[in-house]
Amino acid sequence: MGRYVARRLLQMIPVFLGTTLLIFLMVHSLPGDPVLAMFGDKGADPATLAAKRHELGLDRSLPVQYVTYMRDMILHLDFGTQIRNGLPVTDVLGGAFPITLQLAALAFAIELVFGIGLGIIGGLRAGRLADNLILIFTLLIISIPVFVLGYIIKMVFAFNLGWIAPNVSTEPVLSEMIAPAIVLGGLSLAYVARLTRTSMAENLRADYMRTAVAKGLPRRRVIGVHLMRNSMIPVVTFLGTDIGALMGGAVVTEAIFNIHGVGGVIADSISRREGATLVGLVTILVIVYLVTSLLIDLLYAVLDPRIRYA
Amino acid sequence: MRGAKSAKWVTGAIIVALAATACGGGKSDGGSDAKGAVDPNGIFSIELGEPEKPLLTGDTMESNGSAVMAGLFSTLVDYKADGSLEMINAESVTTTDSKTWTVKLKPGWTFHDGTPVTSKSYVDAWNWNASLKNAQGLASWFADIKGFDKVHPDAEGAKQTADKLEGLKVVDENTFTIELSKAVPYFGHKLAYIVFAPLPESFYKLSPAQRGAAPVGNGPYKFKSWDHKKKIEITRYDGYKGPNKAKNGGVVFKNYTTLEAAYEDLKSGNVDVLRQLAPKDLPVYRQDLGDRAVDQPYSAIQTIAVAFYADQWKKPKQVDPRVIQGLSMAIDRATITKTVLNGTREPATGWVAKGVLGFQEDGGNGVTKYDPAKAKELIKAGGGVPGNKISIQYNADGGHKEWVEAVCNSIQQATSVQCVGDGKPDFQADLTARKTKQVKSLYRSGWVLDYPVNANFISDLFRTGAGGNQGDFSNKELDAKIAKADSATTLDESVKAYQAIEKDLKNYMPSIPLWYYKVNAGFSEKVSGVAYGQDGDPILTGVEVKK
Repeated sequence: MGRYVARRLLQMIPVFLGTTLLIFLMVHSLPGDPVLAMFGDKGADPATLAAKRHELGLDRSLPVQYVTYMRDMILHLDFGTQIRNGLPVTDVLGGAFPITLQLAALAFAIELVFGIGLGIIGGLRAGRLADNLILIFTLLIISIPVFVLGYIIKMVFAFNLGWIAPNVSTEPVLSEMIAPAIVLGGLSLAYVARLTRTSMAENLRADYMRTAVAKGLPRRRVIGVHLMRNSMIPVVTFLGTDIGALMGGAVVTEAIFNIHGVGGVIADSISRREGATLVGLVTILVIVYLVTSLLIDLLYAVLDPRIRYA
Repeated sequence: MRGAKSAKWVTGAIIVALAATACGGGKSDGGSDAKGAVDPNGIFSIELGEPEKPLLTGDTMESNGSAVMAGLFSTLVDYKADGSLEMINAESVTTTDSKTWTVKLKPGWTFHDGTPVTSKSYVDAWNWNASLKNAQGLASWFADIKGFDKVHPDAEGAKQTADKLEGLKVVDENTFTIELSKAVPYFGHKLAYIVFAPLPESFYKLSPAQRGAAPVGNGPYKFKSWDHKKKIEITRYDGYKGPNKAKNGGVVFKNYTTLEAAYEDLKSGNVDVLRQLAPKDLPVYRQDLGDRAVDQPYSAIQTIAVAFYADQWKKPKQVDPRVIQGLSMAIDRATITKTVLNGTREPATGWVAKGVLGFQEDGGNGVTKYDPAKAKELIKAGGGVPGNKISIQYNADGGHKEWVEAVCNSIQQATSVQCVGDGKPDFQADLTARKTKQVKSLYRSGWVLDYPVNANFISDLFRTGAGGNQGDFSNKELDAKIAKADSATTLDESVKAYQAIEKDLKNYMPSIPLWYYKVNAGFSEKVSGVAYGQDGDPILTGVEVKK
C-alpha cells in the first residue's frame, strides 16, 4: 500500500511538468499578442511596446521564460505577475479560489446527497413508478443546457416568487450560493442518480446478494453493506473526476450568478493571453485532479476487498 | 460531457468578451423628479468592470479605469456639451499663436494627501508620463510638445536622450508655459484628457506596484479601497476647490460578471447606475425603466476601414475612390441600425461623430445615403471592385457578427459584389492581424473621441503615419490640407478648415462611416441627476442620492 502510494506520487511529477508545459505552449501559440492588446485599439509606438515587453520579461525566448517561471513557482511558490495589471498571480488566485471552493463544495454536497438518494430509491424500485419518475427527471436535467437552467431558476425564484436575490452580492454570503450550487451540481446530480440506480439494480440480482438474503441477514444490512458497497465503485469514480470539473468548469454558472471565481479568471486569462495566470491555475487544478484520482483509487480497495494494491 | 464542456467554454468566453469590449456613453437630461429629499452624503453604486491596468494617469485608456480616474483627478480644463472649454484647475489657458501656451493655475488647490497642487506638479507629471522608460500607453499625447522625440523616440530599441520635455517651463508656483513644436490650434482641448493630470510629490517615491494601486489625485473624490474584481470605493474630497464639487458622498464601483446580472441587480435595487446593457435587455429596458431609461448618442463612430496596404486595393493600381463610394452607398444603414442593432446606433452622415466641435449634418456629402443604383454606377465607373469580392474582418467575440453580415448582404444585394465576413476568434487575434498588416480587404473599425474637436476624427485617423491610421491610407493632397488646417491661428478657423476637409473626404474615401454609438443604460429610483459625458461615462459628481 505504502509503496503504491509512493509510486503514484512520483508519477505525478512528469504529469505535472507535462501539463504545465503544454498549457504554457498552447497559450503562446494562440494568435494575438498580450502586450499589443494592452494598448487597445489605438495602440502604442514600437518603442513603448519594446520597453513593456522588456519590463515583463516577454522579450526572452520561450524556453527561458518557461524555465524561469517553473523555477520561481517550485522554489518560491511565486506564480509570477499578470501581464495586464501587474497583480501577483497568487493574489488573483487567492481572490478567486475561496468562493469557487465554497460553490464547488456546496454543489458537491447537493449532488452527493440527492444524487445517491434518488439513485437508491430508483435502484431498489427498478421498473416501478418512482424509478420511472426519477429517470424522466434526470433525463430532463441532463438535456437542459446549464445557462437555460440558470436563467429558469432566476426567473422563477428571484423574479416571480422573490425568494432569493437574483445574483450573488459583492460580499457573498453562503445562503446566496444555494441557487448557483443547484445549477452547477444539477447535471452531475443526474449522472450520479443514474449511475447509482443502474449499478444497484444490477447488483440486486448478483449471487452474493442472494447468498446474503439466504443467510437471513436483516434487509438493512443486506442493502447498506453488501449492496451499497459494491454498487458505489462507478459512482465514486465519477464523483472523483467531478470535483476537478466543478472547480475549473464553472465558467457559465459563475458568470450567470455574478460569482467572481476561478471560472471567470480562466475565461479572462484566455482572452487576455495571461500565460502565467493560466499555468498557475491549471497547475492547481491538475494537482486537485491527481490527488482526487489517487484517493479514489485507494477508496476502491476499501469498497471492494478483492482489490489489493501491492 | 466533453461537448457540453467545450460549449461552456465558448459561451463563457463570449460573455466575458462582450462585457470587456462593449462600451456605453452619451448624455442625458437626467431624471430630476424631486421625490424624497436629497442626501448630500449619500453614496451610490455604479456597474463597472475591473480596470484592466493599474490606475495611472498615463496608462488608463479603457473605459473601466477611466471612469474611476475621472473621479480621482481633475485636469486643467474640461469641455462642455457644446464642445467649448470650462476651466477646472486652471485659472486661464492662453495663447497668441497656438504654439506657446501659458497656463495659470487656481491657487490654493491641494492633493488628497494635503500637499499643494503647483505648476511643478503638472510639469513633473507630464515629464514622467512622456518618458519612454516608464512605458506609458498614452505617452504619444505629449508628441505636440517640443522635445518629445528626445524623451520618447518611437523606433523599436531606441533610447531616450532626455528626461524632461524641452517645451515645458515652470514660471512660478502657479504658472507654467508649454511650447509646442508646431502650432496646434486645438491643443487647449487636449488638456482635458486624464494624461495631463498633475501628480503629487509622493507618487515618485512609491514602488512601481504601489503607484497604480491607490492613486492620490486632486479630483472631487479621493481613493478609498480597491477589492480586485469585486469593487472600488471612492469618497468625496471635502477640500476640493473646483467648480464640479461632488453632490454625493461617494461612489462604489461594483464589478459584475455579466451585463445581464448587473441589469437584474438594477431592477432589484442593488446597483444604482448602469453604463451599458446586454443585447438581451435592449428590447425591454425602456418599458422596464420608464423615464429612468437612457438612450443618448455620444461621441463615437463605427466605420469600415480599408486595408490600403492589401494587394486587392494596391495592385495593379491604387483603387479608385469611386469604388469605395459605391460600397458605402450600397449599405442600408437605416434598416440595419433599426433591426439588427436594435436601435442602439444611429446612421452616420459623415466621419465626425456627434457632440464634437465642428460636427456638421451630412459631413459625408451624400456618400452615406443608401442608393443601390448609384452605388452600382459608381463602382462600375471606378473600374469595379478588384476580384469582385470583398471581405470584412471583425472579432467574433464582440457582438459584431450580426451587423457585419447585414452589411455584407446589403452590399451584395445592391451591387452584386461578393461580400463575406472574415471573423477572427477574438479581439486579440483581430488586433494582431490589423497591427501586423495582415488584413486582406476591409475591416471593422471605430473611433471614440480623444478631445472634442473634429480634427481628432480626421487628422488622427487619415493623416499619413497618424497613430490611428492603421490602414496605411496616404494622400499628399489631403496631408497638405490637414497641415494647413492645423496651422490656422485660431481654433475657430481650424475647425472650419476641418469641416471643409470632411465635406471633401468623399473624394478620398479613407474609410466608410457606418453609424454613431449611443449609450443605452439606466439608473435606479434612489438617484437623480444622472448624466453621461461625451465619452459615454456617467458624470459622477452630478449624481444626487435620495434619502
